[in-house]
Amino acid sequence: MIFTNLKRITRTGFINFWRNGFLSFSAMVVITLSLSVFGALIFGSAFGRALLKEVKNKVDINVYFVLDSQETDILALKKIVESLPEVDKIEYVSREQSLIDFKNKWKDNTLILQGLDEIGDNPFPAVLNIKAKEPSQYSGITHFLDSKSALSKGGTNIIEKINYNQNKLIIDRLGRIIPAAEKTGSLIAILFVIVAIVITFNTIRLIIFTAKDEISVMKLVGASNLYIRGPFVVSGIMYGVFSGILTLIVLGGFAYYSDTLIMRFAGVRGAQDFSLLINVFSSYFIQNFGQIFAIIMGSGIVLGGISSYLSVKRYLRI
Amino acid sequence: MIYFDKVSKIYPDESMALDGVSFGIKPNEFVTIVGHSGAGKTTLIKMLIAEDRPSEGAVFFESANIHKLKKGEMNKLRRRIGTIFQDFRLIPNKTAYENIAFAMEASGCTDGEIASDVPHVLELVGLGHKIWSFPHELSGGEKQRVAIARAIVNQPDIIIADEPTGNLDPINTYEIIKILQKINELGTTVLLTTHNKGVVDTVNSRVITMEKGKIIRDDKDGKYVL
Repeated sequence: MIFTNLKRITRTGFINFWRNGFLSFSAMVVITLSLSVFGALIFGSAFGRALLKEVKNKVDINVYFVLDSQETDILALKKIVESLPEVDKIEYVSREQSLIDFKNKWKDNTLILQGLDEIGDNPFPAVLNIKAKEPSQYSGITHFLDSKSALSKGGTNIIEKINYNQNKLIIDRLGRIIPAAEKTGSLIAILFVIVAIVITFNTIRLIIFTAKDEISVMKLVGASNLYIRGPFVVSGIMYGVFSGILTLIVLGGFAYYSDTLIMRFAGVRGAQDFSLLINVFSSYFIQNFGQIFAIIMGSGIVLGGISSYLSVKRYLRI
Repeated sequence: MIYFDKVSKIYPDESMALDGVSFGIKPNEFVTIVGHSGAGKTTLIKMLIAEDRPSEGAVFFESANIHKLKKGEMNKLRRRIGTIFQDFRLIPNKTAYENIAFAMEASGCTDGEIASDVPHVLELVGLGHKIWSFPHELSGGEKQRVAIARAIVNQPDIIIADEPTGNLDPINTYEIIKILQKINELGTTVLLTTHNKGVVDTVNSRVITMEKGKIIRDDKDGKYVL
């Protein structure tokens, strides 16, 4: 009996979905829009995260050493700093390397190269480039280096300067802006999700309102609540499934075309300068397809199914 | 079989639709309730099929107080009552076949029973050729026949017909009443409400006359007196 009922409920749900073509269509349009909002939020947060990551990556502090400092001293300091938990990456650039880098950079500008020859000696200091895990950690690392600065073999200070103080302002600001941006982003996301849910729920409620006489007739011929409600829930789930598929197609298309669009808007050069902007959507979409699929389809099915379930409820009270 | 015990219904706007109504219906009776619009006929029917609750008093179906039944028992009871309405109340997006099949599905019939009974009962009301038509493709008389077929398909103990001929022309009216009488002859109790004098005189059986929520006459071989 349970199996028969299940079969009948499913069949009726399918038939109603098909026969109420226009209503089904409008429900799917609304749910697709809601799900697209979810998708836009997913993409938005992915983009935001990529952007923040890139900005964080661009921030580092550079420790310049006095010209006659010993490489062994520097490497010893590097080792100590490396062991700090806050430090993400540390890179040593020797004086010779700095010179080569500089020459490479200005290899087309003879004037500058001539000027360099005039000096004769290598004017570049050795550098440690330090990258912290979080922007807020730079001040701690700088303090640590300041306190360690006396620690060289001869008792002389090998650190010429740390450029943290120059960049302090921007690093501090980033430290504050990034969490605030993340918080605002999730607040807006929650708001949008609520709006989308409410709109979908109301649409389905209106659709079921048109069937309220039908529901009362079903009650009067003695159908159980489950048997009346079932087909509506099946139709609701079908709205969700089809809307989900539609949304995934829209999102996929957007991911695919957005890259070319960004290239066009920013100009090819601009986009290359911000290499992060290239392929961020399409690669994100491909890499996280399973997750996006689950979120979009899941939300669609849950939205359609639960909205229908709840909407029928009020007409079952006779 | 059915007993109304001092049933009153006062609507929220304080209009009194039923005022201490008491009467009984025996098995296999054909009872006609007459009265002007607003006399309380439809409210009475609503009490009986538990579409609404009385403000005072009780309605019994056999020994059970209808309004004290649990949900599951109520569904079972409703399957023993076949209802027919003036506005037909067919499910618009189901065919004639599916409308009747739905009532059978609701009472737990097997697919085999449905496949054999539905065409049979449609044949009985003279609609064998319109089995796959949707309600909007049927005339008023045809819709009402589908409704009757739906009401009788589960072989109920009682048929309740609330002004079933209100929207029909005289010929269809006559035919619908004939069908109801035939159902009655086959052993099903029928409760009919109407304000059509011709119908009452055709039926020629017990007539209950209502006015302003009260029963003013109850005649065994009644005529339409108002």
